[in-house]
Amino acid sequence: MSVLVDKETRVCVQGITGSAGAFHARQCMEYGTKVVAGVTPGKGGQMFDEKVPVFDTMWEARKEAGCNASVIFVPAPAAADSILEAVDAGVELVICITEGIPVMDMMRVKAQMGGKKSRLIGPNCPGIITPGECKIGIMPGYIHKPGAVGVISRSGTLTYEAVWQLTSRGYGQSTCIGIGGDPINGMSHLDAVKLFNDDPKTAALILIGEIGGSAEEEAAAWIKDNCRKPVAAFIAGTTAPPGRRMGHAGAIVSGGKGTAAGKIAALKAAGIAVADTPARMADTLIARMKERN
Amino acid sequence: MNIHEYQAKELLEKFGAATTRGKVASTSEEAEKIAREIGADELVVKAQVHAGGRGKGTFTNGFKGGVHVVKTPLEAREIASKMLGQTLVTHQTGPAGRVVNKVLVAASADIAREVYFAVLLDRATAAPLVVASTEGGVEIEAVAEKSPEKITREPIHPLAGMQPFQTRKLAKQLGFSSAQLKPAARLFSALYRTFIDSDCSMVEVNPLVLTKQGEVLALDAKFNFDDNALYRHPEIAAMRDTAEEDAREVEASKHELNYIGLDGNIACLVNGAGLAMATMDIIKFYGGSPANFLDVGGSATEEQVTEAFKILIADRRVEAILVNIFGGIAKCDVIAQGIIDAGKTVHLTVPLVVRLEGTNVEAGKKLLAESGLAVITADDLADAAEKAVQAAKEKMNEKGPS
Repeated sequence: MSVLVDKETRVCVQGITGSAGAFHARQCMEYGTKVVAGVTPGKGGQMFDEKVPVFDTMWEARKEAGCNASVIFVPAPAAADSILEAVDAGVELVICITEGIPVMDMMRVKAQMGGKKSRLIGPNCPGIITPGECKIGIMPGYIHKPGAVGVISRSGTLTYEAVWQLTSRGYGQSTCIGIGGDPINGMSHLDAVKLFNDDPKTAALILIGEIGGSAEEEAAAWIKDNCRKPVAAFIAGTTAPPGRRMGHAGAIVSGGKGTAAGKIAALKAAGIAVADTPARMADTLIARMKERN
Repeated sequence: MNIHEYQAKELLEKFGAATTRGKVASTSEEAEKIAREIGADELVVKAQVHAGGRGKGTFTNGFKGGVHVVKTPLEAREIASKMLGQTLVTHQTGPAGRVVNKVLVAASADIAREVYFAVLLDRATAAPLVVASTEGGVEIEAVAEKSPEKITREPIHPLAGMQPFQTRKLAKQLGFSSAQLKPAARLFSALYRTFIDSDCSMVEVNPLVLTKQGEVLALDAKFNFDDNALYRHPEIAAMRDTAEEDAREVEASKHELNYIGLDGNIACLVNGAGLAMATMDIIKFYGGSPANFLDVGGSATEEQVTEAFKILIADRRVEAILVNIFGGIAKCDVIAQGIIDAGKTVHLTVPLVVRLEGTNVEAGKKLLAESGLAVITADDLADAAEKAVQAAKEKMNEKGPS
């Protein structure tokens, strides 16, 4: 067991013939991910690296290759349409790596996804990985190790930092999900927490958040009442000046809301161990796990 | 991105949102001409800088106030001549102030009532939300704290948009009479259209006023735009005034670097926004102060890293530089080569702490070791932060008290 993806997951890469799509499709395949289809409009009928059939539409990719996950590397102006195309095709898990999608586009995507069975991870995210089984995204595979810690994060490189800390201390990961740094995204911290809570293979959780919005607070409130697994967290942006967008479109403190201090307080109030520096994410979790045993 | 008041006014006019008559002037002659065209009994002349607190500001030539009410076109000309080309200092500009290159000349509104009206994109519901209040002309945060019952929230369907009945409901909730219903509703829908069609994350009108003549006008509007959508609004992107921005940020944006200037003395160069923020945080944790936020991104080229490095070195406040890279898509050797190239063109006068991890880490470390650059290497994030803080302290002691 793991969360959302495993060695049976059949992946389609939207934008597989573009430079980013092609590069990461190869990286994922090297890791062992089953990439069964690619989509680039106008390039249907080609074979990618003589291994992966390319289709013009997601409708065909789903029908012909039976993909149940799709990863999007399409440039920002067309990415919202690509998400909706995958949802329309009935793909269960849609992962959008693309950064820089206008937030109004994501607002409309989210509204149109209501009631559909597809789940969306991202956009502006590193993707999802179940170590040793399936990597769908842009994270460096080798820093991961199969194990029992679930990792949820809004940031790419900060996730790598947490994963590397865990791996170097001998703690592997069940699944790592990068939910992305945009103000409107698919899966939230809370959605991911619920999945890990139900996953018997996941024994503990690291939650990485940052300034802006209230997703971390919502996850904290639910954890307090429902999650018995040890949880550690880190919130980036204690030193971020208010009103400035810190790289991620969603990382902004506005009107005194979404501050790191507020989030840290909410997490602590829910009994979550909060790392005081990003260098201590793994150590904070390990200490909490030992306390519980 | 911020825009000037006159630009906000032009944007409102484009979408048919009622506002006071007025135009921007670059010379005092123009100011007089505009005042004549408007022909109002009372006019305002307002210095155009991005900073707030203009009314209470002082020009470095001694002239007081960046906002003046005048009665005649000649008076408008005289006031404009005292503002244009002069430096205005307000509580938001810092002591250096800002040069006023343009003034807005507008008819003065004869205000009967002031209300607050804003449209924003609500993250929690992923939909637009109208926030309105009968308490206009004051900060909405203060209203929220003191009398939250005076704030109305009207959620808008993300696909259907604002419905006519919602504009009428809001008008009544804001205390407009039956006779004022139509102009109020018309203004609200124009503001909503401005918000959607310009890809804003917020349009805030404070105050939105009822004049004694019964007009409903947007008096002052503040816009927040979605940077991700500027590519499809070249007319809005063209409103950017780089003279109003931090020179370091303007330079960084030329090289597509994600940079935000801060006041500290430890510069950082990091890949990834979350890690860049976390690096600032850990510098602070160990008793230092970050000079900037800088995310070079995943696909940074050697040239970009070199340019980024030049910006860090050019900052006189900087006493130490911390490079923190966790290579994923970004490769450690590319970053290392960028740093080495920068070291060849600019003289490195402050200590440099480098922490590399991830993709091509060995190649990166080797390049740095063989470059002859004086690099302090760090094993992990905590080690890097401690060494950078220590190096900055030593550098300051070396210089002695200034």
